[in-house]
Amino acid sequence: MPAIKETVEQVLDIDVDNYKYGWSTDLESERAPKGLSKDVIKFISNKKEEPEWMLEWRYDAYERFLTMKEPDWAKVSYPRMDLNDIYYYSAPKNTEGPESLDEIDPEILKTYEKLGIPLKEQEFLAGIKNNIAVDAVFDSVSVVTTFKDKLAEVGIIFCPISEAIKEHPDLVKKYISSVVPKSDNYYAALNSAVFTDGSFVYIPPNVRCPMELSTYFRINDVNTGQFERTLIIADKGSYVSYLEGCTAPKRDENQLHAAVVELVALEDAEIKYSTVQNWYPGNSEGIGGIYNFVTKRGDCRGDRSKISWTQVETGSAITWKYPSCILRGDGSSGEFYSIAISNAFQQIDSGTKMVHLGKNTKSKIISKGISAGKSSNAYRGLVSSHKKAENARNFTQCDSLLIGNNCSAHTVPYIESKNKSSIFEHEATTSKISDDQIFYCCQRGIGKEDAIALIVNGFCKEVLQKLPMEFAVEAQKLVGISLEGSVG
Amino acid sequence: MFEIKNLNASIQDKQILKDFNLKVNPGEVHAIMGPNGSGKSTLAHVCAGREEYEISSGSVRLDGVNLLDLEPEERAVRGLFLAFQYPVEIPGVASMTFLKSALSAHYKFNGKKELTIPEFMKLIKEKSNSLNISDDMIKRPLNVGFSGGEKKRNEVLQMTLLEPKICILDETDSGLDIDALRLVANGVNLLRSKERSFVVITHYQRLLDYIEPDFVHIMADGKIIETGDKNLALDLEKTGYNDYIEKDI
Ligand SMILES: Nc1ncnc2c1ncn2[C@@H]1O[C@H](COP(=O)(O)OP(=O)(O)OP(=O)(O)O)[C@@H](O)[C@H]1O
Ligand SMILES: [Mg+2]
Repeated sequence: MPAIKETVEQVLDIDVDNYKYGWSTDLESERAPKGLSKDVIKFISNKKEEPEWMLEWRYDAYERFLTMKEPDWAKVSYPRMDLNDIYYYSAPKNTEGPESLDEIDPEILKTYEKLGIPLKEQEFLAGIKNNIAVDAVFDSVSVVTTFKDKLAEVGIIFCPISEAIKEHPDLVKKYISSVVPKSDNYYAALNSAVFTDGSFVYIPPNVRCPMELSTYFRINDVNTGQFERTLIIADKGSYVSYLEGCTAPKRDENQLHAAVVELVALEDAEIKYSTVQNWYPGNSEGIGGIYNFVTKRGDCRGDRSKISWTQVETGSAITWKYPSCILRGDGSSGEFYSIAISNAFQQIDSGTKMVHLGKNTKSKIISKGISAGKSSNAYRGLVSSHKKAENARNFTQCDSLLIGNNCSAHTVPYIESKNKSSIFEHEATTSKISDDQIFYCCQRGIGKEDAIALIVNGFCKEVLQKLPMEFAVEAQKLVGISLEGSVG
Repeated sequence: MFEIKNLNASIQDKQILKDFNLKVNPGEVHAIMGPNGSGKSTLAHVCAGREEYEISSGSVRLDGVNLLDLEPEERAVRGLFLAFQYPVEIPGVASMTFLKSALSAHYKFNGKKELTIPEFMKLIKEKSNSLNISDDMIKRPLNVGFSGGEKKRNEVLQMTLLEPKICILDETDSGLDIDALRLVANGVNLLRSKERSFVVITHYQRLLDYIEPDFVHIMADGKIIETGDKNLALDLEKTGYNDYIEKDI
C-alpha cells in the first residue's frame, strides 16, 4: 500500500497516548462558583488580595465584554462554549503565596518534575540548565518563581502578575492594557475581567537579563479555564529572552485557555519571546483538547527597539493566535518565526500582524505550517504601513507542508500600504511529503516515522534555530512526537 | 548469498516480473541489460520494498532471510542497497544530516557504537574526496539542485558509507561524463570484496569495461532470457536486442 494512502488510514488510529503530558495530578482544589458574573470577578480579585483599582478595572472589562461577540472570521469551527459552565478560578489548596519550596504541596512539585521542569534552584545550579528562571503557573495560581532574589540584585522584577499588582502597582497601572486594550477583542476582554495569574517582568534600563526567563503553564483541574496574563517591560537599552511552555491532562471535554500577553520595548531595548505550546490536542476522533484563544502583542514603543516572537505550536484542539508587533519607534523591528503543526482533527488559525508606524521600521515573518491527518492549518497575516512610516520593509515567507490527502493548508496574507516608500515582499510555497521521499529514506535504513521527522525538521530548521539553545533540542523532538502516527 | 526465485510482480493489474530468477553468490558482479520497459527498475524496487507492487509469488532471499517479509528499512540495514535510477530530492535536509541518520540506523541495527561527530566528519571527508564530491555539496539539501551526475555520485557515496552486502545499481552510469564514470566505477571497484556482491543495471557496455562483470544477463519482458559472460555485452552492442528476443520466441 502506498505510504500516503496508509498515512490516511493510520492517522485515524493515532493513539491519544502519544500525548505524553496527559496525566493529571490528584489535588484538592479550591474553586470559584461556576460561571461568569460580577460576583465571580470579585471572588477572584479577593483571592488575589487585589487593590480596589484592579477590581474596578476588571469590572470595566466585564462591562465591555458583555457588549462583544465571539469572532467568527477564523478558519476554525467548533461548538460555542457555554461560558457559564466553566470555573474561572481553581487553585490547589494551601498554595497561596508560598514563601519557599518547602511550603508547596509535594504533589505539585512532583507534577513539575514529571514534566521535566525542576523547580529547585539548587538543581538548576548543579545541573545543566543553570541559566533559566522559572515561574510555574498551576491552574489559576503561580506556585513558585525561582531565582527571584538573584534577578533582583540587578534590579529585574520577575514575579507572578498577582504579586506585581500588589507590590509594583505603578508599573502595572502604567503598562497593563497599554498594548492590548481591554476591548481589543472578545477573548481579550474576557481575560481582562477574569485573569488569574501569569508572569510579570520588568528589566531596568541598560540591563541585559543574565538568564532565560520562563513560565510553565499547566492546566490540571477539570472544567476550568486558564486565563493567564503576562506583561513584560524592557526599559531603555535592556535585553531579555523569555520562554513559555504549556501542557494539560487529557480530558474529554474541551477546556478554554484565553491568554493575553503584552510586551513593551522602550528605546534600544530588545525582547525575544519564545513559546513551545503543547496543550492537549484532543484524541484521534477530535474529542477533547484545549481551545487556545490567545492575544499576544508587542509594542516597539522606543526608537530602535526590537521584538521577536518565536513559536512552536503543536498542541491544542483549536489555536487562534496572532502574536503581533506594533512598530511605533523609528528604526524599530519586529520578527515572527513560527512552526505550527496540526495532526488528527486539530485546527490552527495563526499568524501575525506587523504594523509599521515609525520611520525605517523593518519586519520579518517566517511561517512554517505542517498539516497531517484531517487537520486544518491556516496562516493569517497582516502587514501594514502607516502614512508616516517612511521606508517600511517587510519580508514574509510562508511555507506549508502537507502529509497525506485529508488535511488542508491555507494562506491568508493581507497587505495594506499607505506609504509609497514601503517595500513588502511575500513568498509562499506549498509542498507535500511524497511516497518517493519516504521510500528513499527507508531504503537507507531510516524508518518511516524518523523519515517524516527528518523531513519536517529540515522543513522548519530555520525557525528551530531561532529558539534559545536550551529548548531547541526539546522542540525538535516535539516536532517528531507530534507527528507520530501520521504515517504507516 | 542473494537469491531471487520465481518472482512474479505486477502493478495496476499489469504483470511486469514473470517468474524471475537470479542467483548472486558473494563477491560476484552481475550485469543486467535489457530494453526500456522490460522491468529492470521494477525488479530493483520490488527487492527494496517499494509498496505499490503486488507480489503474487516468489521470494527474494539475502543470506536465507526472505526480504519480502520485511519493511524496506529493515531490508536496508540487513545489507541491501539500491542506487536509484532517479534519486529523490529532499529539500531542507542537508546531505550530511541525511547520511548521519542513515549511518546511525545501520549502526544501531548492527549493535555498533555510534560515531562521534568528529569521527563521522572525518569518515565523510575521506569517502567524498575519493568521489570528488565537494564539502559544499554535502552541506546542501539532499539532491536539491544537484546535476544528474552529482546525484549519481552521491548515490555511490552513500553506498560506500553504508557498506551493504548486496548493491543494486540502477543505471548509475546514465548521465555521467567520462571522468565521473571513471570515479564511480573506481568507487564500485574499491568496494568489491569476497563478501559483497553487485547487480549492475545498465544500457551501456562501456561501464562494463570499468566494472568487469562475472555474468551478463539480458532481461526482456519481465525475465532473463539470456545469460553469458562479459562478451555477451559486446555482442549485444553489435546486434541489438532483437536477435535475442526473437530467438527467445
Ligand atoms: N506506477 C506504474 N504504473 C503503471 N505501469 C508502470 C508503473 N511503473 C512501471 N510501470 C511499467 O512497468 C514496465 C517496466 O518498467 P521499468 O521502469 O521497470 O522498466 P525498465 O526496464 O527499468 O526501463 P528503463 O530501461 O527505461 O529504465 C513499464 O512498461 C512501465 O511503464
Ligand atoms: Mg529503469
